Amino acid sequence: MSLLADLFFQFALLFCVAFGGASALLPEMHRVVVLEKHWLDDATFTHLYAIAQAAPGPNGLVVSLIGWEVAGVPGALAASLGMVLPTGIMIYLLMQHWHRFAGARWQQSVQLGVAPLAVGLVFAAAFLIGQAAGLGWGGVLLAGLTAAALLKTKWHPLWLIGLGGVAGLLGWV
Amino acid sequence: MPEAGAQEQPGGGGGNSPAPVTCRQLFLGFSSVGISGFGGVLPFARRMLVEERRWLTAEEFNSLLGLCQFLPGPNVANLSIAVGSRYQGIRGAIAAVSGLFGGPLLIVLLLGLLYDRYGQLPQVQGLLRGVAAVGCGLLFGTALRMGLALQVKRLFLPFTLAVFVAVALLRWPMPIVMVALLALAAGVAYAHLKRKGAP
Repeated sequence: MSLLADLFFQFALLFCVAFGGASALLPEMHRVVVLEKHWLDDATFTHLYAIAQAAPGPNGLVVSLIGWEVAGVPGALAASLGMVLPTGIMIYLLMQHWHRFAGARWQQSVQLGVAPLAVGLVFAAAFLIGQAAGLGWGGVLLAGLTAAALLKTKWHPLWLIGLGGVAGLLGWV
Repeated sequence: MPEAGAQEQPGGGGGNSPAPVTCRQLFLGFSSVGISGFGGVLPFARRMLVEERRWLTAEEFNSLLGLCQFLPGPNVANLSIAVGSRYQGIRGAIAAVSGLFGGPLLIVLLLGLLYDRYGQLPQVQGLLRGVAAVGCGLLFGTALRMGLALQVKRLFLPFTLAVFVAVALLRWPMPIVMVALLALAAGVAYAHLKRKGAP
């Protein structure tokens, strides 16, 4: 299979089970892109994640960036289309009928049941990003402080990202 | 873009059908959302759609977001497709989603170019490690916050743990894990809702 088609199908498949947004998908992206396909190594994967984190835009942009690193601009487009297309079509088709099944018991059950799974996925994402980045004690401390700041203060995450960049630049992480 | 000529009808807005929004407006509206969002664009999407441009009422927004969060996929992209197609069909959906991703995509690819050029410098590697560490912390904090907001924790926290073990530690493929555990968790939720009453 050509690389572009492979990129498209891998991300299309991924996003068909992406409950909880793009962050929840990081563990699976890492598994496919680094462990299975060997498109990127651990360091590059975390670097791309960091770049997407520091840039404006939807969280899913890391997908475009991965596609770009693997196969240039066509790769970015293939991966982005894979991300948007399958569920976009689903939304397009289901929108007219949403009012009919919104609130039905099976719909509420799925919504209630999917929430704990999404939480587990985001925990997994935090764990794997930390692991792939090979964080030392400084990095773990920084991550811990960031989580605490997110929960306990109203600081904008962008400030934290800036501070992290400076700490990294100084070699503390 | 022929729709660009269709201006808003004078005196519209009182009727049941939404006032026409052109593809161009959809593109520009969602561009502003995409560019302004750092660390999640959802709050910006709500502000643009409900407060600034009034394309959706607060109830419509909640209902559409419910659908977008119910289905898999990137939530905000799904939302832009839903809003776009509501006003201009497929063309509107394409206009909205390309507006959302267009600007940020250019920025991120530019950063990617810089990374390819200078990524090997130890300073850049250090900087990105620092950002990744903060990103890791943000994810962890988000997960904690989501976990605290879970309903009926004694029933559902085991599923959180199971997903973590399967995906992070065992590295099983997520599609299989999700389908299997979602069937189980939804079953538990169904039984729970049934027990709680409300036929």
